[in-house]
Amino acid sequence: MARPRPGQLPTFDRRSALKVLLAGAGLAAVPGLAACGSGGSTGGASSNTVTFGSNGSDAKPKQAYQAVLDAFAKQSGGLTAKVNTQDHQAFQQNINSYLQGTPDDVFTWFAGYRMQFFANKKLLSPIDDVWDKIGANFPQAVKDLSKNPADGHYYFVPIYNYPWGVFYRKSLFQAKGYEVPKTFDDLINLAKKMQGDGLSPFVQGFGGGESWMLLGTFDYLNMRTNGYQFHMDLMHGKESWTDPKVKSAMDSWKRMLPYYQAGASSKKWEDASAALVNKTGGMMVIGMFVGQSFTNQSDYEDLDFFAFPEINSQYGTDAVEAPMDGFLLSKNPKNPDGAKKLLEYLGTAEAENTYLSIDASNLAVNEKADTSKYGTLQQKAVKFVADAKQLSQFGDRDSDPGFIQNVVEPAFAQFVQSPNNSDSLLTQIQSQKSQYFQS
Amino acid sequence: MTVITDAAENVAGAGVSGSGRVRRLTGGDKIVLGLMVGVPTLLHVALVWVPTLVSILLSFSQWDGIGGLATIKWVGVQNYTTMFTVSPTFWPAVQHNIIWLVFFVLLPTPFGMFLAYQLDKSIRFTRFYQTAIFLPVVISAAVTGFIWQTIYDPDNGLVNSILGTNKPGTSYIEWLGDSHLNLWAVLVAASWRQAAYIMILYLAGLKGFDPALREAAALDGATEWQAFTRVTFPALRPINIIILVVTIIESLRAFDLVYVVAGTNGTKPGLELLSILIANNILGESSLVGYGSALAVVLLVISLVPIVSYVFQTFRKDQQA
Repeated sequence: MARPRPGQLPTFDRRSALKVLLAGAGLAAVPGLAACGSGGSTGGASSNTVTFGSNGSDAKPKQAYQAVLDAFAKQSGGLTAKVNTQDHQAFQQNINSYLQGTPDDVFTWFAGYRMQFFANKKLLSPIDDVWDKIGANFPQAVKDLSKNPADGHYYFVPIYNYPWGVFYRKSLFQAKGYEVPKTFDDLINLAKKMQGDGLSPFVQGFGGGESWMLLGTFDYLNMRTNGYQFHMDLMHGKESWTDPKVKSAMDSWKRMLPYYQAGASSKKWEDASAALVNKTGGMMVIGMFVGQSFTNQSDYEDLDFFAFPEINSQYGTDAVEAPMDGFLLSKNPKNPDGAKKLLEYLGTAEAENTYLSIDASNLAVNEKADTSKYGTLQQKAVKFVADAKQLSQFGDRDSDPGFIQNVVEPAFAQFVQSPNNSDSLLTQIQSQKSQYFQS
Repeated sequence: MTVITDAAENVAGAGVSGSGRVRRLTGGDKIVLGLMVGVPTLLHVALVWVPTLVSILLSFSQWDGIGGLATIKWVGVQNYTTMFTVSPTFWPAVQHNIIWLVFFVLLPTPFGMFLAYQLDKSIRFTRFYQTAIFLPVVISAAVTGFIWQTIYDPDNGLVNSILGTNKPGTSYIEWLGDSHLNLWAVLVAASWRQAAYIMILYLAGLKGFDPALREAAALDGATEWQAFTRVTFPALRPINIIILVVTIIESLRAFDLVYVVAGTNGTKPGLELLSILIANNILGESSLVGYGSALAVVLLVISLVPIVSYVFQTFRKDQQA
C-alpha cells in the first residue's frame, strides 16, 4: 500500500523532534561553554596580559585598534593587550550580559547617558587615577563628558569624535549662487529655492532600520529652539514631551518636511547620500561619516558643511552634536594595573594619531594630537567642535537607548509620514516614558 | 470514501491483531522505559515548561536585567495595563499578526497546494519547476529580505520600474516606506516562501497517494474538481493537518523577514509584530524584561487557541474511533 500509514508518521515525527531538541540543546550549550572557557583562560593569564573588548568589527576600525594595541605592546615593557573583537551591532545588543558575565578588562563604548547608565549600575570601575595623568591632554568639554555627573568620578577615556552638521557641495552652491543660511528661515527659503531649481533640498534616508537618522535633525531642532539644557533634561526623562517647547521644535520640523527627498522613508542613508554625490540633492543633516559615500577624492574635497542654523537667538548655534567614542574599565578587571596602563596609553596623543592614521573618518579629541595631515573638511570640523559651547552626544547616546529605539524612533518615523499627528505622537511618547525612567 | 476508511482499518487492524497481552516487564525493561520516558520529560520540562512559567512570572515584574534577582520589582498587572491601554504599538502588532495568519491561510497556502497538484501530474520539466519554486525556502530569510528590498526599491526597483511609479512628484510608490503599504509588500515576499514550502509538503503527500483511487473516481465519472475535493483532499488528511499547523506556526513566528526589511533598530510603523516587539523589549541594552515577558505571554495565549483546538479535535476523533 503506497498510502502513508497513519501509524508511521507520529513515530518518525517524535523521534526527529527529539533529535532536533537534543541538537538544539547541544548548540545552546556551546556558546555558554565557549564563554566559560575563554573567561577561564583569561582569568588564569599572567599579569602580562590585558584583555581588550572591541566593537570595531568593520575593516578600518579593526585594523586601527590592532595598530594601537601593537604600538602599546612595544612601549609597555612586556605588557600585551589581547583583543577580542565582536560584531558592532551584536556587541551593543549583548552589552548587559557581557558586563554581568566575564567582560574584558578594557572595552570600547560611547560617552553620554549610555556610559553613565552602566556607571550608576556599578558595572564599571572609576579611573580618576588614569585621568590624573592624561587630564592635561583634553579640553574641558571632553573632560565633562568622561565623567559621571552622578558621582563626579571619571570612567571614560575618549579616542575620537565626529560632528553632525548640514553637509553640502561647495561647487553646487557656487554654481547656483546659494548662500550658507544663518537662520532657520534662511534655511527654509534656500530649500524652496533649491526645489525651484529641480533639486531635492533635504537629502535624507531613514528607511530600512535607520530611523535613528531622524534623531540628528530632532536633536538640533530642539537644541536650537530650547537650548542644550532643556534638550538634555528632555532626553534624561526630566522634562515632558508634551511641553509646548517640544511642540515648537516639531513645528519647525514640519516646515522642513515638504522639502525632503522623495523616498526618504525607504532608503538607507548610504543610498540617499548618492544624491549629494551626484549633485541632485542640496543638503543633508548628517554626521561626518557621510564622507564614506565619496569614493572620488575630488568630490570629497568639494564636500563642506555648515552648523544647523539658529532658531532662537538666545541659544544661537552654541550646541554641537559630536558623538564621542572611547574606552571603559570593567567592574572586576583581571589585571587592573595593566588595564589602567593601557587606558593611560589610549589617552595619549600617540595612540590617537595611530588610530586616526588608519581610520580617518573621525577627529582627534586629544589637544596634542597631530592634525597637520588633516584635510580642509577635517580641520574645519575640529575647529567647529572646539568652538562649541556644549557638546551633545546624539539622541540614542544622551538618553535611554531602549526608550529611544522602542518609543521615540517609531513615533518620529510616524511623524514624518503624517506630520499633522505630531501632538498625539508626543502624547504617546510621554505616556510610555515612565517605563524607562524611574526616579 | 468507504474504500479509504476500510483500507485504513485494515492497516490498523494488521498491527494490533498480531500482538497478544502485554508481558510482565523485567527490571531492565523498566529502566529502559523509565529512561525513554524520563529523559524526554526532563528535557521537555526544562526547555518548555520552566521558561514558559518563568516568563509568566516575570510578566508581573519590572526589571532591566541588570543585577541579581533581588533587583526585580514586582508590579502586579501594570505591564498588562500599559500594554492594553498605553502602548501605541501593541494593538497594531496584534492586528498585523492576525492579518498575517488570515492572509497565509487564504492565499499562499492554497496556492502552494495548487502548485503541488499541478506538478504531481508529471508534466514536462516537472523537476525543473519543483526546484525553481522550492528555491525560496532554501534561501535564508535574511537573503529573502535583501532580495525583496531591491525589488521594492522606489527608484530602481523592479516593481516601480514596471509600473512606472518611480517618478517623484507625479507617481511614486514607497512599498516598504509607506506605513499603509509595507505590511502587504512584506506579506507578498513572505508568501513567495510560504507557497513554496507548502508546495513541497503537499507534493510529498501526493507522491504517496495511490493513483488507483483517483482513477477509480474518474471511472465513476467524477470531474477533476470532484476527484480532488472528495477523494484526494480527504485522503491526505495527515498532510493537511501538518500544513495547517505549519501555516499557523509560520504566521505566529513571523519575524526574520520583517527584522531584515524594517531593520534591527526599533519598530517601523506599519510593520509591528508581536515577535518583533518582544525581541526589541527584551534584547538589547536597556531591556524591559517584565514588559517583554508580558508581550510574550500574550503571544503564548494567542498560540494556544489553535493548538488547544487542534489537540481537542484529534483526541475527540481518537475516542470516536
